[in-house]
Amino acid sequence: MPKIIVEIMPKQDLLDPQGKAVANALKRAGNDIETTRIGKRIELHYKNQPTEKDLEKAKELAKDFLSNSVIEDVVDVYIEEQN
Amino acid sequence: MKIGVITYPGSLDDRDAQRAIKLAGGTPVPLWHASDDLKNIDAVVLPGGFSYGDYLRCGAIAAQAPATKEVIKKAEKGLPVLGICNGFQVLVEAHLLPGGLIRNEKQHFVCRDQRLHVENNNTRWTGMFEQNEEITIPLKNGEGGYIADEETLKYLEGEDLIAFRYLDVNPNGSMNEIAGLTNTKGNIVGLMPHPEHAVEPGFGPDTPVATRSGIDGLRFFQSVIGQVVG
Repeated sequence: MPKIIVEIMPKQDLLDPQGKAVANALKRAGNDIETTRIGKRIELHYKNQPTEKDLEKAKELAKDFLSNSVIEDVVDVYIEEQN
Repeated sequence: MKIGVITYPGSLDDRDAQRAIKLAGGTPVPLWHASDDLKNIDAVVLPGGFSYGDYLRCGAIAAQAPATKEVIKKAEKGLPVLGICNGFQVLVEAHLLPGGLIRNEKQHFVCRDQRLHVENNNTRWTGMFEQNEEITIPLKNGEGGYIADEETLKYLEGEDLIAFRYLDVNPNGSMNEIAGLTNTKGNIVGLMPHPEHAVEPGFGPDTPVATRSGIDGLRFFQSVIGQVVG
């Protein structure tokens, strides 16, 4: 199914408790990893191949509803290429 | 006075809010999230609990509900709105109040009788408090950490829009000890603690006088009704 992908991350300066817990576990397991941060990937599924207009609309939705600019950043919104 | 209480899927304290309104002398009107009919109410409460699984972010989906959309329109025209806990999160997600609410600083759900400092008694929901009064009402949340950028905090402090601040302890790491906010018109108030759980002797927080005798929450509802009962 044709998709638009929205990627959202918690703001850099905010505590990310999930990321912190996962990083601790990874470190405990002997991995050379300092920190991890966990965000969201949201897939918007379309019946037809999304157009540039759909992408613009998706960017708006990402900014106004799918993320909250007080606590999160929209990292990327893109049409996923079909293989 | 008819005060609506919206029930969202996952609301827990809608019935408690209705009961509080009745005890304060008002007429509670149950409202349903999926309907945009607010039934000619004079004020509205967005209750505590959860909404839509709190998926995406707490209150984010509830902010888009048909009932909430109507509340946003009417709030801009002056309808008194009280958002409690999840209701506060809904108000923030609906951009009726600025900032955001995130997971408690220490990651734990906190449930305690919380002392608050009344910072602004010049709102529709706080008129019956003395300015700088100290009150105690229950607090119970997992995601009550208030955050905002520096500019917003400066605006809130400068315009006197902080309605309540936490006393003794900051239970969730809220910036500037913010427990509740209001808007410039004073018709909208949102707070994390639960006034509706401190409205009836025998069921409220402990006071120096007697256990469970605290009814500081009652005056939120009496304030908007504009009368003292009993």
